[in-house]
Amino acid sequence: MSNSDPLVVQGRVWLFADDNINTDLMMPQTVFAKSLEVQLRHVFATYRPGWIDEVRPGDILVGGRNFGTGSSRPGSMLLKRLGIAALVAETINGLFYRNCVNYALPAMECSGIRTLVNEGDTLRVDITHGSVENLTRGQQGNGVRMPDFLQAIVRAGGIMERLKTEGYL
Amino acid sequence: MGMTMAEKILSRHSGNGRVRPGDIVVCDVDKIIQIDLTFSATAPMPKRIVDPGKIAVILDHAVPAPTIADAEGQSIARKFVKDFGIDKFYDLGRGGICHQVVLENGLALPGQILTCTDSHTCASGAFNCVARGMGPLEMLQIMCTGKTWYQVAPTVRFELSGRKPPNVFGKDVFLHLADIAGSVEGHNIEFGGPGVAELTLDDRATLATMAAELSAEFATFPADNKVAEYLRSVTQEQFDPAESDADAEYAATYPVDLSQLRPYVARPDFIPHNTLPVTELGEDVPIDQAFVGSCANGKLEDFRVAAQVVRGRKIAPRVRFIVTPSSQRVLKEAVRLGYVETLLEAGAMVTNSTCGACYGGHMGVVGPNEVCITSSTRNFKGRMGSPSARIYMASSATVAASAVAGRICDPTAYLGDEV
Repeated sequence: MSNSDPLVVQGRVWLFADDNINTDLMMPQTVFAKSLEVQLRHVFATYRPGWIDEVRPGDILVGGRNFGTGSSRPGSMLLKRLGIAALVAETINGLFYRNCVNYALPAMECSGIRTLVNEGDTLRVDITHGSVENLTRGQQGNGVRMPDFLQAIVRAGGIMERLKTEGYL
Repeated sequence: MGMTMAEKILSRHSGNGRVRPGDIVVCDVDKIIQIDLTFSATAPMPKRIVDPGKIAVILDHAVPAPTIADAEGQSIARKFVKDFGIDKFYDLGRGGICHQVVLENGLALPGQILTCTDSHTCASGAFNCVARGMGPLEMLQIMCTGKTWYQVAPTVRFELSGRKPPNVFGKDVFLHLADIAGSVEGHNIEFGGPGVAELTLDDRATLATMAAELSAEFATFPADNKVAEYLRSVTQEQFDPAESDADAEYAATYPVDLSQLRPYVARPDFIPHNTLPVTELGEDVPIDQAFVGSCANGKLEDFRVAAQVVRGRKIAPRVRFIVTPSSQRVLKEAVRLGYVETLLEAGAMVTNSTCGACYGGHMGVVGPNEVCITSSTRNFKGRMGSPSARIYMASSATVAASAVAGRICDPTAYLGDEV
């Protein structure tokens, strides 16, 4: 889809329906000091072996409740680097949501999203308005729109880009 | 309507008047805590920082360095401290786990805002400080600009009353709260009520620290006389506590009668709604490793209780009992008071202060299919080592008693009359 706003995206759904999917599953302690390439190979490697070979840039990740609970390790950065276009979950852990914003991974809470999609469906996500549309099934849902202040950080490409622009790095 | 403690602190630091859940506020941060893991050969370093006086650097997770990469990161941290003239630097042997060092040295003060990359940063809420974990990139931003944003969250309040029985500790109280409230993601936790006065500062720190396991945003206690008296003994810095208003609004309030509690245990993999009284576990669980340590429970109180339990006894055959202090100061006191000798006589292994085994980093990583009981912070699958290991969680008393028994057990019979 030719839309330049990173907060309005359309893509193929991966369904991670369990509650409390944690950061350690995205970024195990054993890869902390490893290269980005190695870290990317370990995303969900024990939780969902083989997924890393199938995920493609532009895909959308759909999660359950308290998605991303755990530590400050930047699992959202790894999802972003894998090309995940958006995260939509029943609820998102507070620390994880901050890391999504800071690494410019569009993210939105949407109650009922798990029942709105099957894996492989095409989902349209508009985080500026807080809406989702399952284009495969023709069904719509409502999420929590991202506040303007946070949208600006995501549109700027995340914190790192801002700090560079402002001459801190 | 009035405001909660967290709402008041965010309101004062943002220059806003009344703040409400849902508001986004940009706040000046008072204390910026950097740990060893944020320094590495690849991590970006700032050209300029907001104020070296606001920053403390504490090396805690991988100390002494178990790998070359860790050693390199710590060298970079030392260079950072020197280049930017940071006085509050806690190198190996002079500090400990960041949250304990922060509390011991009065770096977190009532009414302040503190940030750190570690997810258990809410620990400083024990001293009425609004504190939470942030990603490493956000910490870089705060070091540069001195500011960050918060979305004001609704608050869940635990109204404490009564006095704990002698076989019940801060960890047991927490595991009970995890049973009744479950996960509170997207919410702050506030502790209040007459029961707070009955809790030691160590117990309050355990509760505030463990709030991270319920996915709380902030966890705050009121700053009573016990807090103020302690802080006056360690810092000259002035502070202005935030009390919650009588008409503050809460998303939920849970009354907790401390006198009714019993020793608790959490089953493996997750804590919310996964805990129960240890006598009701309903299965015989032989253990391979027992661990006392972490920012939550490597405190002097934990050493005292663990020593009490194992005094004159031996750790069970084929079980290893690892005890890791949360700070150098705790270790020195535990040596002076004879707790370390008692533990060593029983066959426990006492390590230097570090996050160590709690995050599966080093000094107590568990192997495939092993069973561990721990008084540390987190029991996710794979947290302390192999993903096939099973991690139970309980108070340091229950952990020590289980180390002696060789299986998970209630600590009451081991505590004697002295506790």
